[in-house]
Amino acid sequence: MPVWLSDQEYATLRAACAQMLPSGEGTPGAEEAGVADYIDGFLGAFVFDPPRIWAGGPSSGRHGGVHGFATFVPLPPLDELAWRMRIEGSQGRPEREFNGPVVGLQERYREGLAALGSDFTEADGHEQRRRLRDDEAFCELLWGHCCEGMYGAPEYGGNRDTVGWEYIDFEGDVQPRGYTDAEVSQP
Amino acid sequence: MSPEAIIIGSGPGGSTAAEVLTRAGWSVVIMEKGRNHLLDPDDLTRPAGDYSNDEIKFVSRYFLGPDPLVEPRAFRRSADEGEHTHVGEVNSIPTTVGGGGTHADGKVPRFREEDFGLFSAYGPQEGAAVGDWPLDYDELEPYYAEVERAIGVSGRAGANPFAAWRSGPYPMPPGAPMYGAVLSSAAAEKVGLHPYEAPTAANSIAYDGRPACNNCGFCAFFGCPIHAKGDPVALLTKTMATGRAELMAETYVSRIVTDGRRATGVEFVDRNGDTHVRKAELVVVAGGAIETPRLLLLSGLDHPALGKYLMVHFQTIVVGHFPTMRLHPQKGRSVTHVHDDAMVQDDRTRQAAVGAGLPWFRGGLVEHSGGGHPIMEALHSPWGREHARVMREANLRERMWAFIMQGEDLPYATNTVDLSPSIRDARGFPVARVTYNPGHHELAASKYHGKILQTVLEEMGADWVIHTSSPGVSYHGLGTTPIPESRHVMGTVRMGDNPETSVVDRWGRVHALDNVVVADSSVFVTSSGYGPTLTLVALAARAAHHLAGTTPGTPSGD
Repeated sequence: MPVWLSDQEYATLRAACAQMLPSGEGTPGAEEAGVADYIDGFLGAFVFDPPRIWAGGPSSGRHGGVHGFATFVPLPPLDELAWRMRIEGSQGRPEREFNGPVVGLQERYREGLAALGSDFTEADGHEQRRRLRDDEAFCELLWGHCCEGMYGAPEYGGNRDTVGWEYIDFEGDVQPRGYTDAEVSQP
Repeated sequence: MSPEAIIIGSGPGGSTAAEVLTRAGWSVVIMEKGRNHLLDPDDLTRPAGDYSNDEIKFVSRYFLGPDPLVEPRAFRRSADEGEHTHVGEVNSIPTTVGGGGTHADGKVPRFREEDFGLFSAYGPQEGAAVGDWPLDYDELEPYYAEVERAIGVSGRAGANPFAAWRSGPYPMPPGAPMYGAVLSSAAAEKVGLHPYEAPTAANSIAYDGRPACNNCGFCAFFGCPIHAKGDPVALLTKTMATGRAELMAETYVSRIVTDGRRATGVEFVDRNGDTHVRKAELVVVAGGAIETPRLLLLSGLDHPALGKYLMVHFQTIVVGHFPTMRLHPQKGRSVTHVHDDAMVQDDRTRQAAVGAGLPWFRGGLVEHSGGGHPIMEALHSPWGREHARVMREANLRERMWAFIMQGEDLPYATNTVDLSPSIRDARGFPVARVTYNPGHHELAASKYHGKILQTVLEEMGADWVIHTSSPGVSYHGLGTTPIPESRHVMGTVRMGDNPETSVVDRWGRVHALDNVVVADSSVFVTSSGYGPTLTLVALAARAAHHLAGTTPGTPSGD
């Protein structure tokens, strides 16, 4: 069950992410990492309390220490305003339009996914990539979030079981273990 | 009760002023417009646990602020471009308790003797207000020494042949050298340069109750999860432990309230948007070289030099590719080695300057550094079938090594901070507009020193080298954004003895306001090519000692 997108939008998003980060034999892609869940969770950040904007600290527990990432940091009023403007858009509210209207990510995704076509999931890979390239602005937006969902901390909903990091030999958030001086200085 | 001082801004400058004043027995209120993630909200004498190795939070989602949607800035290269060409993120230094000290990787070089007397040592440059500072290195040295001990600096005295004199050793030895920096230092030496261990405000051993850095690699642009970076957490925890300080986070000072030649207090907006006034006998402004002039302008201060002579460091970026190596720059503290040679004149440099039609030019400190984190690399990689292979090769993260020269900017009257005529922040106040364009001096020095750095990377074995800059300029065609990446912002509230040509005096006191003191890098007369932090911190300590009538190393008033 998607957090914010409709089932159809979520299916289109999944297919689009899978074109950007395809899976292969022994190669995890957007599907394995749950990149669409990352994006859907971001669009629905305010469904949660505290909103899923900033994971906590100081460690995730993956390399010792507490599981602090799992508890999200509350947003004070100014930051709630900023993140609602960014995600929901200004929606004609004067307190969000002090420098003019802001189009939110929810609207950009809703329109971008619709423009890919209701038959996007049935189209072949070549056709899907063509449609993605057709909408340069949406493609760029989606790609930025794909990168975050593939290689960001798993607490945000993507990089499931750290598959993104493992494939590229990145150890991720290493606090509080860190690296030894020898690991820093030797080849 | 009214405090003796209200300090606006909790970054390295404001924290230093707070620590020195409270140590001398003063009561202070620190007003910080950003959130507090540095000190434990239940015990402000201890660090908090909100920082983490999290690229989404720190790089993509503005955890240290400012968020450009609610606190934007405007930018243009020159007045010819109209009101502005960009609105959003411009030279953002963190807006948070701890300010720029939280995201810095903590390189804290001192300036050298000649940096305080550039006009006397080098002479004028056409179109630039090259000047001498109203103080010299010898006068500042005891304060440099004091703040190095306070924040905890690791380094090796004598390692840099060009360094200014020091009254004592560094408080800590250098930390572990990064593998890539060992290689680039060896190559630099072969080319005749003098690399050395960067003076760094990150603990190499347990120091002052904080642990040694454990090399996690999330250093530049990240808050330190274990608080091994001392600046300014060490100063703020000590300040709060005196019991004479109040920290007000999410408190936005909108105006300094004045009565003739004196400030009577400040007007501020709290986290709920309500406006208040608080009185004080003294106001210390430490918002940085963009927000400080903005606040002085919002407060009605009128001076022909206010907001002028903005300097950043023009960055020359030279990157080499080493396909057969894994340089693993994600292990270690971002930068462990630097060299000063581009700050030092020799016959070839002098000839090159004359060849470029200049009386002289100076480059800046050169940082030896590598790669980034995975999201950053992914953003620079193609999507589709090639992506996984490119990421696994890890060219950007592991197989590139770079030199970043923080080139000296000359002070030009045309590079300015003023109030945007139309753009507002979420609280309704005009935002800062930055007008900035590098001059011929910066471009000529960059071109000359970039070629030398290219030679070093070739010596190190690079199969190709690119030479770019920030802001981007046309001669290399790369990195074409005109907004400088540099977070080193200086000038705009110039220090000097002459009230006609400078805004503040030699102690940082505003000439026109007897009880307002500026304690940040906006007072710099020239920018040198060294990171401004330690110098602005030493200046803040000097200004605060002057106010309190104390001297460096003065014990607590208790």
